[in-house]
Amino acid sequence: MKMLEIKNLHASVGDKEILRGINLTINAGEVHAIMGPNGAGKSTLSNVLAGRDGYTITQGEVLYKGENLLELAAEERAQRGVFLAFQYPVEIPGVSNIYLLKAALNAVRKYQGLDELDAIDFLSLVRSKLDLVKMDEQFLHRGVNEGFSGGEKKRNEILQMALLEPSLAILDETDSGLDIDALKTVSEGVNGLRSADRSIVMITHYQRLLDYIEPDFVHVLSDGKIVKTGDKELAKELEKTGYSWVQQGQAE
Amino acid sequence: MSEQEQINEVLATDYQAGFVTDIESDTFPPGLSEETVRKISRMKDEPEFLLEWRLKAYHHWLTLETPEWAHVNYPEIDYQAISYYSAPKKKTDGPKSLDEVDPELLRTYEKLGVPLDERARLAGVAVDAVFDSVSVANTFQDKLAEDGIIFMPFSKAVHAHPELIKKYLGSVVSYKDNFYAALNSALFSDGSFVYIPKGTRCPMELSTYFRINAANTGQFERTLIIADDDAYVSYLEGCTAPMRDENQLHAAVVELVAHDRAEIKYSTVQNWYPGDENGVGGIFNFVTKRAACRGVSSKVSWTQVETGSAITWKYPSIILQGDNSTGEFYSVAVTNNMQQADTGTKMIHLGKNTSSTIISKGIAAGRSQNSYRGLVRVGPNAENARNYTECDSLLMGDQCGAHTFPYIEVKNPTAQIEHEASTSKISEDQLFYCKQRGLDADDAVSMIVNGFCKEVMRQLPMEFAVEAQNLLSLSLEGSVG
Ligand SMILES: Nc1ncnc2c1ncn2[C@@H]1O[C@H](COP(=O)(O)OP(=O)(O)OP(=O)(O)O)[C@@H](O)[C@H]1O
Ligand SMILES: [Mg+2]
Repeated sequence: MKMLEIKNLHASVGDKEILRGINLTINAGEVHAIMGPNGAGKSTLSNVLAGRDGYTITQGEVLYKGENLLELAAEERAQRGVFLAFQYPVEIPGVSNIYLLKAALNAVRKYQGLDELDAIDFLSLVRSKLDLVKMDEQFLHRGVNEGFSGGEKKRNEILQMALLEPSLAILDETDSGLDIDALKTVSEGVNGLRSADRSIVMITHYQRLLDYIEPDFVHVLSDGKIVKTGDKELAKELEKTGYSWVQQGQAE
Repeated sequence: MSEQEQINEVLATDYQAGFVTDIESDTFPPGLSEETVRKISRMKDEPEFLLEWRLKAYHHWLTLETPEWAHVNYPEIDYQAISYYSAPKKKTDGPKSLDEVDPELLRTYEKLGVPLDERARLAGVAVDAVFDSVSVANTFQDKLAEDGIIFMPFSKAVHAHPELIKKYLGSVVSYKDNFYAALNSALFSDGSFVYIPKGTRCPMELSTYFRINAANTGQFERTLIIADDDAYVSYLEGCTAPMRDENQLHAAVVELVAHDRAEIKYSTVQNWYPGDENGVGGIFNFVTKRAACRGVSSKVSWTQVETGSAITWKYPSIILQGDNSTGEFYSVAVTNNMQQADTGTKMIHLGKNTSSTIISKGIAAGRSQNSYRGLVRVGPNAENARNYTECDSLLMGDQCGAHTFPYIEVKNPTAQIEHEASTSKISEDQLFYCKQRGLDADDAVSMIVNGFCKEVMRQLPMEFAVEAQNLLSLSLEGSVG
C-alpha cells in the first residue's frame, strides 16, 4: 500500500520558494532517511506535511493513504495518523505532560470511534511506553517539555509517538542532541515501532543514526529538491564526501 | 485560516448567563438623593444607627470625585439615571423556606447552575441567592445555626444581630475609604452576613450567588464575614447578569475580619456580562474588598477568577495587623473583546513576622486591556515581614494590552520582598504543537491557558474549580484556530 505520495510539490513562504518540486513515494512499512545541507528545506517539508500554517502550496499534490492530505487541518492529519517529532519540541508551562498525552491519545481514539481510556488503563499503557524509551515516570508530571534537557525533549517526542502509534511518523533530527546511550535507546524505541503498516521518515545529518535504524532508502534534499536517492550506502558516501558533489551535479 | 483568525474565532462565543428572568418587581424610579437613602432604609425597616451611618456616607460621597487613576476608560456615569433598588414582588414577608420561593426564581438559579433544591444539599454547599437588591433564598441556615454559625442575608442580620453589625460594619472598609465604597455604604441593599464562633470550623462551603436581572439598576451589595478566634470558613461568591446594551453599575463592598488564629478563604468566580464584541453593554464592576487579619497567626486568602464585566476595578486587600498573620492573593483575570480590567491587591504589613503571597495571572485577548496593580507596604513596626509577588501576563493576538503597576513601600529594613513578572504570548509554535498531537484550536488554547493559571486554579474549592475552568475555556473560545 502507498502510504504517502508527494508529487511535484512546490511551497513558498511569502515570495520565497523553499520547496521546488519534490517527488517522493513511501510505501507502508518502509523507512526513508532524508539528508541534506542546512537550509535545504527538510523541516519545511515536514511542516508542510503536518499542516503548519504560513506556507503557500503553489504546485503539486500530496496523497496520504490515497487521500488529499493538503486539504486537511493539522489536527485532522494528526488524528488520521500523521505524526511529526519536532526538531525543536515546544514547552507548554503548567500543562502536565501526562495531560497532553491523554488529550492527544483521546483525540486519536475519538477519530477512530473508540472510547476514551479510563485513568487506570491509560496509566498502565503510558508506563509501558515509558519503559520503551527508558524515561522516568516523573517526566509525566512535569510541564510539557518544561525545563527538559535537549535529549529529554527528543525522548519525550518518541514517547508520544509510541503512545499514539501513527501510520506515518516524520522524525525531524530526532538524533541531534542525543548522547550515545540516548541515541541507542531512542533508536531501539523507533525500531520497536517499525511495522508493516507504519512508515517512518527520518531527517538526519548523521550517518551514525542509520547504523542503528537501517533505512530502506536514503534521499538527499538540496535547495528544495530531492537530488539523489539511494540505499544506506549513499549515506556512507555522503559522510566521506559531503554535499558538494550532489550540489555540483545539480548545477549541471 | 491563519492562527490569528482562529484565535479570533475561538474568542467569539456567546455569554451563557445572558438571559432575562420575566418577573414582576418593585423598582425605585431612577434618581439619587438623601430621600433615596432613607427610602432604602425604610424598605428594610432598619434601626436608626444604620440609617444615620448611611446618611453620613451619602453626605461624604457628595464631596468626592470619581477616581481616575485606573487604567480604564468609560463614559461618565450619570448617577441620576440609575435606579437604586429593585426587588422581585413578593406576597409574604420574605421566604421562610424554599417552598415559598417563586418557582421562576428557582428556575433562574437552576439555569445558572446553582440549584437551590435537594441537589444543592447533596453538594454540601450552603447558598445565599441575591437577586437584584434582595436575598431570595438562603439554604442550610438552620443546620449551620446548630453550630452557632450565622449565615444569612445582610438585611436579616441587621435585625437578628444588630450588635455584631454595629461592631463590625465599616470597621475594615470605612465609608470614607473611596468614592464607590461611600456610594455603597449609603445605598447597599443586601448581601451576606457570616459569623463563625470561636473554635468552630464551618462544616461546609458557604456561597452567595449574585444575579443582576432588572435593567437600569445598580447593584450595591455588602458582605461581612467574621471568623472569631480559631475559626475557619471557606466562602465563595458567583455573579452573572443578563445581556443588555446599557452598562450597569455594580459597586460592592466586602469586609472580612479574622481574629486570633482564624482563617478565611474567600473565592470569587466573577462572570458578570462583559458586553458584546464591540464593547456595547456590560457591567461596570467597581468593588472594594478588604480583609483585616486582626488576630495573631490569622490568615486570609483571596482567590479570584475574573472573566466577566466590561470594566473591572477591584483590589481585594489584606491588612496584616496580627503578629505572624498571613495574607494570600491568587488571581486569574481574563479580558476579551473590549473588556478592561484593572485589578490586583494591597498587602499592608503592620504586625511582626507577617507574610504575604501574591500570584496574579492576567490573560488578554481581542482588543482588551488587562492591568495588574498591586501595593506591598511594610510599616515601621513590621519586623521580618515577607512578601512574594509573581505576576504573569499572557497575550493572545496583538491588539490587546497587558500592564503591571507594582508599588512597594518599605519602612522596616528587615523586610524581604521578592517580585517576579513575565509577559508571554500563546505562540504559534505551542498551538501547532498541540494541533499536531490531534487537539483542535479551542482545546489547545484552553489547555495552554489552564496550564498558565494552574497555581491559582488549584486554590479554588474542588466544587468550583471545574466550573471556573469551563468558564475560562468559554470566555476564550474562538480566540484562536
Ligand atoms: N517562515 C519562514 N520565513 C522565511 N524563510 C523561511 C521560513 N521557513 C523556512 N525558511 C527558509 O527556508 C529554508 C529551508 O529551511 P528549513 O528549516 O526547511 O531547512 P532544513 O533543511 O530543515 O535545515 P536544517 O538542516 O538547518 O534544519 C531556509 O533558508 C530557511 O531560512
Ligand atoms: Mg531542519
